[in-house]
Parts: sequence; C-alpha cells; structure tokens
Amino acid sequence: MPNTLYDKVWNAHVVEDRPDGTALIYIDRHLVHEVTSPQAFEGLRMSGRKVRRPDATLAVADHNVPTVGRENGIADPESREQVQTLEHNVKEFGVPYFDLMSDQQGIVHIVGPEQGFTLPGTTVVCGDSHTSTHGAFGALAFGIGTSEVEHVLATQTLVLKKSKTMLLHVDGTLGKGVTSKDIILKLISMIGTAGGTGHVIEFAGPVIEKLSMEARMSICNMSIEAGARAGMIAPDDITFAYLKGRPMAPKGADWDKAVAYWRTLKTDKGAAYDVEYRLDITDMPPQVTWGTSPETVADITANVPTTDAAHNAEHKAAMERMYDYMGITGGQKIEDIAVDKVFIGSCTNARIEDLRAAAAIAKGRHVAKNVQALVVPGSGLVRKQAEAEGLDKIFTEAGFEWRQPGCSMCLAMNADRLEPGERCASTSNRNFEGRQGRGGRTHLMSPAMAAAAAITGHLADVREFIK
Amino acid sequence: MDKFTTLTAPAAPLMMENVDTDLIIPKQFLKTIKRTGLGKNLFNDLRYTQDGQEIGNFVLNKPAYRKAGILLAGQNFGCGSSREHAPWSLLDFGIRCVIAPSFADIFYGNCFKNGILPLTLPMAAIEQLAAVADTTPVTVDLKNQTVKAGNLSFTFDIEPFRKTVLLEGLDDIGQTLQKTKAIDGFEAKQSTTQPWLYQEGK
Repeated sequence: MPNTLYDKVWNAHVVEDRPDGTALIYIDRHLVHEVTSPQAFEGLRMSGRKVRRPDATLAVADHNVPTVGRENGIADPESREQVQTLEHNVKEFGVPYFDLMSDQQGIVHIVGPEQGFTLPGTTVVCGDSHTSTHGAFGALAFGIGTSEVEHVLATQTLVLKKSKTMLLHVDGTLGKGVTSKDIILKLISMIGTAGGTGHVIEFAGPVIEKLSMEARMSICNMSIEAGARAGMIAPDDITFAYLKGRPMAPKGADWDKAVAYWRTLKTDKGAAYDVEYRLDITDMPPQVTWGTSPETVADITANVPTTDAAHNAEHKAAMERMYDYMGITGGQKIEDIAVDKVFIGSCTNARIEDLRAAAAIAKGRHVAKNVQALVVPGSGLVRKQAEAEGLDKIFTEAGFEWRQPGCSMCLAMNADRLEPGERCASTSNRNFEGRQGRGGRTHLMSPAMAAAAAITGHLADVREFIK
Repeated sequence: MDKFTTLTAPAAPLMMENVDTDLIIPKQFLKTIKRTGLGKNLFNDLRYTQDGQEIGNFVLNKPAYRKAGILLAGQNFGCGSSREHAPWSLLDFGIRCVIAPSFADIFYGNCFKNGILPLTLPMAAIEQLAAVADTTPVTVDLKNQTVKAGNLSFTFDIEPFRKTVLLEGLDDIGQTLQKTKAIDGFEAKQSTTQPWLYQEGK
C-alpha cells in the first residue's frame, strides 16, 4: 500500500499498537526549555524516576532570557529562578545543556537544527507548540504539554492517536520581495486557524522544493497557527547539504547509510491524503496580518477588510472586537498603519537568511523617527555569523538595536515587550491579544517587510525598496 | 489525577471563538515552577484592569459564575501555545469541564492529563445552555455521555480511550513503564538500523 511521508515516519516509531486505537510511539529527540519543564522534572523527582535517554534530550533556556546585558545575570527574580531551576535539573538528571553565555545557546527550535540534533525521519517533541518547525527536515515534530514532557523524559514514548493527513501543494513563482513567510501566512488565511485541527500537513510542490532549509523551517513553524498537529516537508538534497557536518549529524559510513534511508522518506505515488489544497503564488504580493488571529491576513497593497466579509454574526462580532483592539477601521488602507516598534526575531524568522534579508533593506537607510527596532538573532551562532558578515554594523548604523539571542518580544516573557496601545511590525508567529504585551498590537510579516516598516514608520510594501 | 465521573455546577458562558491559551493564562504567569496557584490569574487580562481591579461585566466576576465549575465557549477553544498552565489555571479556579463546538489539539490533550473534560457539543446546544446558565446548573455525566440543565438534555461523543483515562484517573507514566520491555526491544532494533540516533556525546 502506498504511504504518505507521515505514514512512513509514524510506522517506523510504533512500539506497540494498542487495542483502543492508539499507539505507543517512540520519541527520538526531546528538546527542553525552562518554562514548560520544571513541573515535569519535579514529577520525576517525586516518583523516583530517571530520564530514560539523556543522550536523546537537549536543554536550553530561551523564553525568559534577557537580550541585553546578559553577562550581568537575569534581573527579574522569577525568570532567574526558572532558569536556575533548569540548570539544577539538567545537572541532577544528566541532560546536555547549552548555558546562557555559550555560543550554542538560542531559541530551542533554532538550536536543534543548527546542531544537527534534528534529523530526517525522527520523532521530535518539545513543550512548545512551535516544535512543528523541525518538520522541515521530514521529521514528525510536534508540541506537547508538561505532563507529556514528563512522560517522554521517563519513558521516551508517548501514547498517541494517528492524525489525519492534509496536503498543501504550492505552485507558481515567488515574486521579488516575497518569501516563505508570505506563503505560510497566505496558507493560514486560506484554511483558517482551525483548518488543520486533527491533521498533519505535508507541504509540497515546486515552490517548496526550491526553498532553502531555513525558509522551509519558517513554513513548518507556523503549521500550528493553522491548527495542525505538525507540518512536514520531504527531505531532499537541500536537506542533506544543510545537515552535513553539523555537530550532532551522522558522520562517515553512518552518514551514507543515513542519507540512503532518508531518501526513502517521501510520499509514495498514489498515496492518499484526507484533504488536499492547492495554492498558486504567482503574482502574490507580500502578506501582513491586520487582526488578532493569524488567519486575518491581507495583501500589503489591500485595505483592512470590512465586516461585509464576515461569514456570520459571530464572525462579524469577532472582526469588530479586532478593529477595536487593534485601533484600526474596516476599509482603511493597510499601508497607512503607523508602527511604534519593530521586532525582527523569533523561532519563525531569526536565522541568518532572515537577518540578511532584513539587513539588505536596512543598508544605507535609517529607522524612522519615534520607531524602536530590535533585531534578536535566534542563537549565539547566528549572532556570530551575522557579525562576521558585518550585518550587526548595518543594523546599528541604521538605528536598529542589536541584541542577544532568545525568544524576546515574540511572547514578551522577558523585558522586551509592547506597552498598551503600542503597535509592532513583527516577524514572529502570533498576533493574539496581549501576546507581545498587554494592550500591544501586532502585525505579522516577513523580515524584509518588517525592516521596510522600520524605515518608513508604517506598514510598507518592501517591493518599493528593491526596484 | 482526580477521576471525572459526574459534575453538577454553574456553567459560565464565555461565548467567544478562538480563545487562545495566551488569553487563558498570559505569559507573565508562566514563570512559576509549580502547577498550582494559577486560578487567580485565569483569563487575567479579561478579568482585571491593568491595576488589578475586577472588571465587573466579565463573566467569571458576575455573582452567578464566581464558583463556576463548567465553562461554555465558542469554536477552536485553547488554540495557540502548548502551555499546560492553561488547564492548570482552569483547574485551580475550579473548572473541570469546558463545553465548546471544537478544541485545538494540544489543549484538548492537555485537559485529559489533568482530569478536565473538554466536551464537544454543537453551537446551538451550547447557546441553549448559555441562555439558562445564570439560574440553572449544568450536570455532566461522563459515563452516560449526557449533559443536562433543567429541561435541556444532550448527548455527546468522546473517544473510548479518553473516557477511560478520566473515569479511572489513570497514571499514564506508570502504565507506560509496564511496557519497558517493548521499549527496550524497539531501541535494540533501532540502534542497529539507525545507529546515528544513539551516538550523541560520544
């Protein structure tokens, strides 16, 4: 029987099928961070259990960490305690850990691929919904809660029910200034934030096949914003070239054997998905969000939709609540929306290619008056690479702040946040009410688009900068 | 984990769609290293002003719902972040059942780890429950899969394995550890077919 990519990875990890329709699934890779793990380690301690495979576990602090003056420690006592708790737990349970001052420290979903910890055909979990990022390697990767974190630490397995499958096939040609972030925003608006519920999405088609690994990660990262359990892309030569030589990737004879196996990880001809959608992105302008749900996406050249677009009374009420919260009106030109802050960072868009794209727009220009713009690299290694290329200079000369790596203003658990009523052009993944700070207003977009917003002081079409 | 069998309690209508876990428990409360004590900050930004005063017209601040044990909500409840702090905060407040037309996957799974029943009913049924909620408590019977309030009565579906977990209050990890031999066997085999997955730190 022909299988999908998801079927193949699932089948390779069944420890035991259970009579109730669930299966015990083996977990190859477990990423751990400070926010969703303390209660799990405490659970192990209380029941006298150990971490089954420390060698398949990797920990790093990212959510709570300061992005300036880190060498002086963490000022906030609660954040400090949470990071210290992680440091204590990794020592007690023997889990590998990148400390705050090491170059390898960074956002967990940037660190995993960067180290070659994330590999094709593996199952990858983390107590974080954006674990879907790792699906870009043809891994089955998904976010879990803290109880499941404890379950994986203790048993290296999870009890799961198989998901349904969805194919998102992307055709066409990417226009100038249009990126994988624009593709995923468009796809989310197409299927909706609950469109993927109960499904694992496979992204495929000629456009996806041409994307770099980093661009693919941005797409899989936001599968969760479409409600999906996971997003996957079949591994290919681009994947193998990215992985080769990474510290935790296979070496020597193992490498050849691994690649031979990884080449089998693609959907067979004739395999059926439960749902299929197609999108042609030819002539698609850059995309931005206007509301407080990641599905509220529009072309940068468009106007904020009016309530004429509402499907029903509840949707109309939701749109009105969004206008009110966002301080915008239906029908308003999107490019007229002025911003106070710009955030270039997050597990969606803080890799080296993202920083290069933003720097290309920033170069020789200056951040608009009254706009504060942050660039937060995804890891110490990304930061170092950017500095070697002189990107930090381009940013600082243009008036951007060059920060230390972490999750930062994507979720505003550290000191980087919006004040009530402030508006932000952000390369992150969620525009929920209060996400970047209580009363803060978020517009999601690509790194180049965020840089264009920083320069002009309002939401802007980056294509105007690259004519 | 406490078992869930039947529950009779006031049901608070929060008739919004796409209630995300950031809204259920905002990020500043995720700095805790405990599971308990989050109930006072459940729906913090809807429930309190910036300076900590209660917002009178928010449903959980109304006298009829201050001791709500059930929440009525719109579709795609619990979307967004995987934070288990969301079910922990509901539980700490005293809510053991959320009734909505649909739930986001991770939140849905997290509820069952904490003895909370995420119960699916059509929106029309939820609206009928909401209409009488201020005077009529709701009774949820998991074993018989019914929801009743006054003259209203509905049945609901739930996957059998999920139902068992709640009815028996099972310790998942203890159960899985009984399968240690099967897990050992899986690893022995995988370490020969994919040895590169067993070489970190060497």
